[in-house]
Amino acid sequence: MSTIITRRTLLAGAAASSALPLVGAQAQAPFGVGFIYVGPVGDHGWSWTHDQGRKALEKEYGNKIKTSFIENVAEGPDAVRAIRQLAQAGDQLIFTTSFGFMNPTIQVAKQFPKIRFEHATGYQRAENVATYNARFYEGRAVIGTLAGHMSKSGQAGYIASFPIPEVVMGINAFHLAAKKVNPNFKTKVIWASTWYDPAKEADAAKALIDQGCDVISQHTDSPAALQAAEQRGVFAFGQASDMKAFAPKAQLSAIVDDWSGYYIKRVKEAMDGSWKSGDVWGGIKDGMVKLAPYNDAVTPAARAAADELQKGIVAGTIHPFTGELKDQKGTLRLKAGETATDEMLSKMDWYVDGVQA
Amino acid sequence: MLEWRRRREPSKTMLYLSPLIAIGLTMLTGMLVFGAIGFDGLRAVTAIFITPLIEPQRWADLGVKAAPLIMIALGLAIGFRANVWNIGAEGQYVMGAIAGTGVALLTHDMTGWWILPAMALAGILGGAAWAALPALLKVRLQVSEILTSLMLTYVAVQFLYYLVRGPWKDPDGFNFPQTKMFSGSQTLPAVAEGSLVHFGVPLAILLALIAWFVMSKTVAGYAVRVVGRAPAAARHGGFDASRVTWATLLAGGGLAGLAGLFEAAGPFGQLTPQFPVGYGFTAIIVAFLGRLSPPGIVFGALVLAVTYVGGEIAQSTVRLPSAATGMFQALLLFFLLATDVLVRYRLAWKARPARSAP
Amino acid sequence: MTAAILVSIFMTLAAAATPILLAALGELVTEKAGVLNLGVEGMMLCGAVAGFAVTYSTGSVPLGLLAATLAGVAAAMIFALLTLGLGSNQVATGLALTIFGIGASSLIGAGFVGRTITRLGPLFPADYAAHPWLRLVFGHDAIVYLSLALVLAVSLFLRRTKAGLILRAVGENADSAHAIGYRVLAIRTAATAFGGALAGLGGAYFSLALTPMWADRLTAGRGWIALALVVFAAWKPGRLLAGAYLFGAVATFELQAKAAGWSFIAPEVLAMTPYLATIVVLTMMSLGGRTGGRDAPACLGKPFPAS
Repeated sequence: MSTIITRRTLLAGAAASSALPLVGAQAQAPFGVGFIYVGPVGDHGWSWTHDQGRKALEKEYGNKIKTSFIENVAEGPDAVRAIRQLAQAGDQLIFTTSFGFMNPTIQVAKQFPKIRFEHATGYQRAENVATYNARFYEGRAVIGTLAGHMSKSGQAGYIASFPIPEVVMGINAFHLAAKKVNPNFKTKVIWASTWYDPAKEADAAKALIDQGCDVISQHTDSPAALQAAEQRGVFAFGQASDMKAFAPKAQLSAIVDDWSGYYIKRVKEAMDGSWKSGDVWGGIKDGMVKLAPYNDAVTPAARAAADELQKGIVAGTIHPFTGELKDQKGTLRLKAGETATDEMLSKMDWYVDGVQA
Repeated sequence: MLEWRRRREPSKTMLYLSPLIAIGLTMLTGMLVFGAIGFDGLRAVTAIFITPLIEPQRWADLGVKAAPLIMIALGLAIGFRANVWNIGAEGQYVMGAIAGTGVALLTHDMTGWWILPAMALAGILGGAAWAALPALLKVRLQVSEILTSLMLTYVAVQFLYYLVRGPWKDPDGFNFPQTKMFSGSQTLPAVAEGSLVHFGVPLAILLALIAWFVMSKTVAGYAVRVVGRAPAAARHGGFDASRVTWATLLAGGGLAGLAGLFEAAGPFGQLTPQFPVGYGFTAIIVAFLGRLSPPGIVFGALVLAVTYVGGEIAQSTVRLPSAATGMFQALLLFFLLATDVLVRYRLAWKARPARSAP
Repeated sequence: MTAAILVSIFMTLAAAATPILLAALGELVTEKAGVLNLGVEGMMLCGAVAGFAVTYSTGSVPLGLLAATLAGVAAAMIFALLTLGLGSNQVATGLALTIFGIGASSLIGAGFVGRTITRLGPLFPADYAAHPWLRLVFGHDAIVYLSLALVLAVSLFLRRTKAGLILRAVGENADSAHAIGYRVLAIRTAATAFGGALAGLGGAYFSLALTPMWADRLTAGRGWIALALVVFAAWKPGRLLAGAYLFGAVATFELQAKAAGWSFIAPEVLAMTPYLATIVVLTMMSLGGRTGGRDAPACLGKPFPAS
C-alpha cells in the first residue's frame, strides 16, 4: 500500500499547486464542506444519516458555509476521483463516510495538505486526516437489555452483514447485555452477506421468527426486517434511524446515528483554525449514539434497566465489555473487572458464549 | 408524411455525424427535463459534458476511466463483427483480475521486473479461460453464447466474493473482505513520474491501433467480417466459422482479463468486493457507440468517461443527484442507439401510401 | 419442525418466488417472440416505484398495481421503439434500459423514501386460513394467485391458441412469418409490452407486498435472476413455475438453515448456483438430442428486418 501512496504522492505538486489559488481566492466566500457517501442519500440507512448531519450543518451555519456531496461513490479508484473533485471545487473540510474510502482519503489528503479530511470508521490518520466513529456497541448494549427483558422465548434473532469487527462487537455487546437479564439467553445470527437487500432482510427475519426468536435486531440497512417483525407480531429494533413509521408496534427502540453534533463542532473548529487531526469515538455521552423513544409496550422493569445502563455508560461507571469475559472457545478475553480497550474492540473477531453465529 | 427509406449504402457522413447529433439531443433533452423538475438545467449539462473536457486536470481522470472500457470494447467489437455475442465481459474482466491477483499473492514477498508481466499473462489467460467455456458450448453444442457468457459473469463475481471474504482475505485486515495491497513490483507504473495516468492508458490506445490494423488490413480481420456478414459465403470461401468463434471469444476474454488485471494492479492495488463496477457491461455500450470500429470505440469510451467524471462535478456543483447523472447516461445511450438508424435509413417525403415503417 | 413452521416457510417461499415468476413469465413471452430484453431489472424498478408512489398518494393498492403495470409497459415501449422501430441492438438497448430504470426510479422515488403503506394482505378472509394447512391454499395475497393463473394462461396461450402459434412463429422464423403476412413488428411490440407489464407488476410486488416501502434499487438484482430463470426453464411456463419456486425454496431454506445454526455451504456458492444450473440445463438440452433447438426461439435477439 505504501508504495502506491508514495507514487501517487508525487503528483501532489502539480495538482495541489493548481488548486491552492482556488482556496485562497475563496477566503471570503462561504466555507466549503464536502461529503462523500457510499450509498444514495435515499437509502434511508447509513448514507442517509450522514446526510442528515450535513443538513444540520446548513441549518446551524446558514450562508456562512456551503455544503456539497457526491453520493453513490464506489469504494475504489472512483472514490479518489470524487474526493479530489470536492477538493478542487474549493471544499476546505471533507468528510468521507465509509470504511472503503480510507486509502483514497489518505491518498488525496497528501495532494491537498491545506485541506482537512475526516474519514469515518477508519484507522489511518495524517496531519490533515482525522478519523471518527461512533460507539454503536453502547446502543447495542441498551437494546440487548431491552431484548433480554422483553423476549419470552429467550431467543433473539440478529441479521448481520459481514463479520467485520464493527458488526462482531455489536453482536457481542447485544448478547452480553441480554444475558445479564436472562442467563440462558440465545442470540441467533444470520449472515445476510449484504448491507442492503430489503427482500432478503425481510426473509431472514421471518426465518428467525420461525425458529422461535421473538425479538429481532439487525446490522443491515433497510427497515424491511422491522416490517416483517410487525407483520408477525414480534419485537424488533430500528437501525441507524428511528424506524417507528415502518413498525409502530414492533419497534421497541432504535439505535439512532446522530452525526450532527460532531459535524457542527468540527466545522466550527475548521473555520476558526483550531481543527486538529485525531481519532474520535463518540458514544451515548457525546450524543453521537442515541436511543429512539421506547415503545409503550416496554415494561417498567425493562425501561428502568435500559435507562440505568444508559446512565451508567454516560457516567463512565459501566462498560458493556467488562470481565470476566470468555469467548466461545473458552479463551479468557478479559479478566474480572477489566474493561475492553478500544484497540481490542476495533480488532474483535470472536464471539461470546451463547451467540450462534 | 415523412417515411424512412433504406439507403443503398450506409452513410459515411451519418456514421460520424450521428453520435454528435445524439450528444446534442441528450444535452437539449437533459436541459429541458432537469430544468422542468427544478434543477439548473444549463449548468447541469455544462458540468456533465463540458467541464471535464475544458479543465486539464480532469484529463487524466478521463484517460484512467476510459482505458478499461477501450480494452474490453475492442475485444467485444471484434466478436460482434463476427456475430459472436459475448456479453459476459464483466465476468472475464473479473476472472482476469482474479488470476493476476493469484500470481500477485504468490509472489508477494518477491521483487523483480518479471512479476508484473507474469500477472498480466495470468490476467489474459484467466479472462480467455472464462470465455473459452461459452466458445466450447457454442461450437460443440450450439448453445447461445449470449446466455452462457452472461450467466458466467455472476458466477465469476460470486467467486470473487468468496475469495476476498475467505481464502484470500488479508490476514492483517481486521476481517475486512479484501486482499493484501500489491507490492511495488506488482503495481502498474505510471506513464510519467507523478502522473495519475498508468501504463494501461497508452496501452489501450496502442491496442486500438493494432485492432484497427488487424480488422481492416489482414486476412484474419476479413475472415471475421465475412463470417459475421455472410456465413454462407464464408463457408464457400473456406473460412471456418468455428475457428472464428473460438478466436473472437478468446480475444475478447483475453482483452477483458487484461483490463481487469490492469485495474487491479493499477487504480485498485488490491481486490475488494467493490472491484466489479460494470465495466464489462458498459463496454458493450461503448462498442456500439463506436459503431464497432476501434477509433469509434476510443471516442465512445471517452464520451462515457466524460459523463462519469462530469456526473460527479454536477453532483458537487449543481447538486444534481447521482440518479440524474445515470439518467443522462441512459438518455445518451438511447439517442446514440436511435440515431444509428440514420446511417442505414434516410428520411424522405412519402410518395404514396406504402407498407409499414422499417 | 412443526407443521406451523413448515407452512410459514412455504408462505415465505411463495412470496419470494412470485415477483421473479412474474418478471420471468413476461420475459418468456417477449423472448418467445424473438426479442431479448435485458432491461428486466430496470422495468421492475419502474414498476416498484410507480406502484408505491400511486398507492401512497391514493391509498389504493389496485391503483398502484395498475400504475406499476403501466410503468413497466412504458419502459418496455422505450425499448420497443428503439429496437423494433429503429432497429437498434437489443443487447445494448436492454442494458441502457436498466441504467435508465435505476436512475428514473431513484429520481421519482426520492420524495417517498422513509414512508410506508399498509401492505397488500391475503386475498381471502382470515377464517378461511385459520387452520395452518388451509393457509397454504387460502393464505396468500392476490398477486400470488394471479401469478399462478398467468402461468396457466400463458402456457395455454402459447400452445393452444392461434395467436400463440403466430407469436412463436415470429420468434422462430421472422422472415417466414412476415412472408405469410404476419405483422412481425406489431406482434413483437405487443410481446415486449406484455413483458414490461409483468416486470412492472413483479417490481410492485416488492414495494407493495414484500417490503411495503420505497428505497433505491429495491429489487436488488432480482431482474437478472428472472432472466436466468427463463433460460433455466427452457422457455416453458410450467418449468418456469417450478424454477421460480425452486429458487424461492433454496433462498428460504438457506436462511432457515442459518437461523437453525447449520451452515453447510458458503453463501457465495449458493448464490452462483442458479446461474451454473442454467448453464447445465442449456448444455443438457443440447446434448439431449438437439431438443434445445426447439426450445430456444431461433430468432432470439436478432433484428427484423435483418440489417
